[in-house]
Amino acid sequence: MKAKIIITPKKAVLDPQGKTVQNALAHMGYTAVTGVHIGKYIEIDLAPGTDRAAAEKAINDAAHKLLSNPVIEDYKLEIE
Amino acid sequence: MNFSVLQFPASNCDQDAVHALRLLGHSAQLVWHKDSSLGEADAVIVPGGFSYGDYLRCGAIARFSPVMQAVKQFADNGGLVLGICNGFQVLTEAGLLPGALIRNRDLQFHCEFIHLKTVTADSAFTSKIPGGKNLRVPIAHGEGCYFADEATLASLKANNQILWQYCDAVGNVTDAANPNGALQNIAGICNERRNVAGLMPHPERACELILGSDDGKWIFESLFAALKEKTLVQYS
Repeated sequence: MKAKIIITPKKAVLDPQGKTVQNALAHMGYTAVTGVHIGKYIEIDLAPGTDRAAAEKAINDAAHKLLSNPVIEDYKLEIE
Repeated sequence: MNFSVLQFPASNCDQDAVHALRLLGHSAQLVWHKDSSLGEADAVIVPGGFSYGDYLRCGAIARFSPVMQAVKQFADNGGLVLGICNGFQVLTEAGLLPGALIRNRDLQFHCEFIHLKTVTADSAFTSKIPGGKNLRVPIAHGEGCYFADEATLASLKANNQILWQYCDAVGNVTDAANPNGALQNIAGICNERRNVAGLMPHPERACELILGSDDGKWIFESLFAALKEKTLVQYS
């Protein structure tokens, strides 16, 4: 069992990495690119047979407290 | 006065802070991150560096160390806490200061002297800075761009919590004088209660002329004066 967390910068937060990559893509001729946002991907291994609902609650808690900073980041959690 | 200077794995300005405090005539001790007590402390310095390798986010891991629980309690009791550079990042991650510090807008690490305009003398961290004097102090960071949402920024302003802004040599707060893209050139702030402050520049590296500037001492002199006043009130 795995928890997958995708962390992205909030829309209002300056994302200089995303902007730089966007400019590079534009230089390469990818004219359809209108935005690039760079975040983080975290994979957490969970013991087999872990209760799904309990895991979701615990990982949400961890994502809020440690894995992401709610001031500047949003996250999406998937458990599979 | 006696200062406790925290020491996390990969702190690297802890000794500088201790040196500056002693140079200015006060005593200072290092407190290891695993300690759950701050020892005899009149005030706490959370120093610069790259605590826990800056893994995940700057300051994110340090926040959970035992010593930070003691710092929270110290701050809740009204104790004076100053976070410098990584220390500022740690204090925002710990929720002791509002906002966050993100990558410099040009993605570069900046190691240079900058100028600071003191926005208010109404704090334990700024009261002794000579009026109209712009402080020439160094910065050394890659993630010092201050960010807060609109509501937080409005409350920072309403409560006079912005302590320092980046400015040019003559005190103009301009975009060209902003080294990292910080919102409104914010270099340092305090909490609403005004007993916890953080700033990205390094006043402890600018307390003697041989280092290029002694302007940083005014921030510490402000702290000493505030502590002295506090002691007088306690014993009066």
